[in-house]
Amino acid sequence: MISMKDVYKKYPNGVVAANGINVDIKQGEFVYVVGPSGAGKSTFIKMMYSEEKPTSGDVIINNKNIAKMKKGQIPQLRRELGVVFQDFKLLPKLSVFENVAFALEVIEEHPKIIKKRVMEVLDLVGLKHKMRMLPSELSGGEQQRVSIARSIVNVPKIVIADEPTGNLDPENSWEIMKIFEEINTRGTTVVMATHNREIVNTIRKRVIAIESGMIARDIDGGDYGYEG
Amino acid sequence: MEVTTVMKGRTIRRHFRESFKSLGRNAWMTFASVSAVTVTLLLVGVFAIIMMNLNNTATSVEDDVEIKVLIEIIDDEQQAKAAENQLIKEVKNISGVAEVKYSTKDDELNILIDTLGDEFKLYEQSNPLRSALYVKASDPTQILAISDKIKKLDNVHNVVDGKDTYENLFSFLETGRNIGIVLILGLLFTVIFLISNTIRITIIARKDEIEIMKLVGATNSFVRIPFLLEGMWIGILGSIIPMAIVSTAYYNLHKVLAPELKGQLLQLLDVSPLIWQVNTLIILLGIFIGLWGSFMSVRKFLRV
Repeated sequence: MISMKDVYKKYPNGVVAANGINVDIKQGEFVYVVGPSGAGKSTFIKMMYSEEKPTSGDVIINNKNIAKMKKGQIPQLRRELGVVFQDFKLLPKLSVFENVAFALEVIEEHPKIIKKRVMEVLDLVGLKHKMRMLPSELSGGEQQRVSIARSIVNVPKIVIADEPTGNLDPENSWEIMKIFEEINTRGTTVVMATHNREIVNTIRKRVIAIESGMIARDIDGGDYGYEG
Repeated sequence: MEVTTVMKGRTIRRHFRESFKSLGRNAWMTFASVSAVTVTLLLVGVFAIIMMNLNNTATSVEDDVEIKVLIEIIDDEQQAKAAENQLIKEVKNISGVAEVKYSTKDDELNILIDTLGDEFKLYEQSNPLRSALYVKASDPTQILAISDKIKKLDNVHNVVDGKDTYENLFSFLETGRNIGIVLILGLLFTVIFLISNTIRITIIARKDEIEIMKLVGATNSFVRIPFLLEGMWIGILGSIIPMAIVSTAYYNLHKVLAPELKGQLLQLLDVSPLIWQVNTLIILLGIFIGLWGSFMSVRKFLRV
């Protein structure tokens, strides 16, 4: 479902962020991406939703080689993915409901379907009762739940999360992880870049460690493996 | 597979709503841009009206340009008749001559009396004037060459070709037109730059929104259209006042001046269709600079 073959990425400033990456992630897997800062985790993640293109090599998502994808095809790719960020990226002037609905509105979904789907995902993340509130009225954990709701509202096959617990306290982090596990048990692939050693070591999943742009470890049920 | 771009009704409504919201959100920038468009289009309108009227005058002058050939006086009537006929034949044979009109010295005197007054009836007793030929060229720019050829013919006393007057008029018109075009082009670029700046500010203000749109798979055109519309509204808003001013001003000017100018060289064009032509020019130019201005910013700041 996600497959990288000999992926090499060099930025214009000379930094090599991916140096021969080969990896296969099957549909329905849950994968942690770990590694020191600046090792290439973000680039690895960004190449999956075509925010960055590899300098050479193939990145295959849902049977399409997105390394060779035309610009006009990127929107379709992104409709089949969900992306969650450390800083939530919610729109401050829109309510919880509107923030989630936004993702379907801009892909011109029918209003009736939008309402139905938004209510479903808000129910899943436990925020149905706060749907009229603004993001500023919510806690960090709740805001991240809204952003997860937005990422899955289009029923993606893959959810990509870049440090989703990075801004949260431990309690909220566990809440978020529960939601990701729930999403995963429904058959969605989850790829999560994280620095949270406790989570990785407790909720055991496949761990891919990236160092200097290369895969240093790839172990099912592995541990975090770094100090601090 | 690319995302289909068939636009739905509610999408169009959404684009319109978003573009209007942006206009309001940057009220001051919008105001500045609309004002600049207004001033520019007003100048364009006034200039267009002046140029179209002058061009019309020039064309009618150009059509009227003719050579007047004064014929030598020959006392013997029969000889004179023969010489005149010979001359008419020779002039007609010159290439580029479209029309030759013969006017006897009595005709000439009548013209004089008509234009200058009855006092000249005194000369009816002994007419000192010469008979003349009025020559029109098929191409007015050939006037000079033709009059040179006529001068060389026999029995030609003098040739009046009015060349100086009409050449002066044309060079004056051309200078005026060039200065106007340079001025307006300069203004147009300033305005396009202003609009593109306004749109840039809108784009920056909505950076986060655009980022999320792209992330969840909104198409490029979906992201861009509201900004292009916003530029277009600025152009349209900026063309309203110029259209109103130019229309009422020309309507009133025409009402006052047209009767005064009867029989003069300078003639004002009729209010309709001139006003419709100029208004169309103003609004199309408004839309064009609005779209172009926003397109410049959109292309620069809305890359995937």
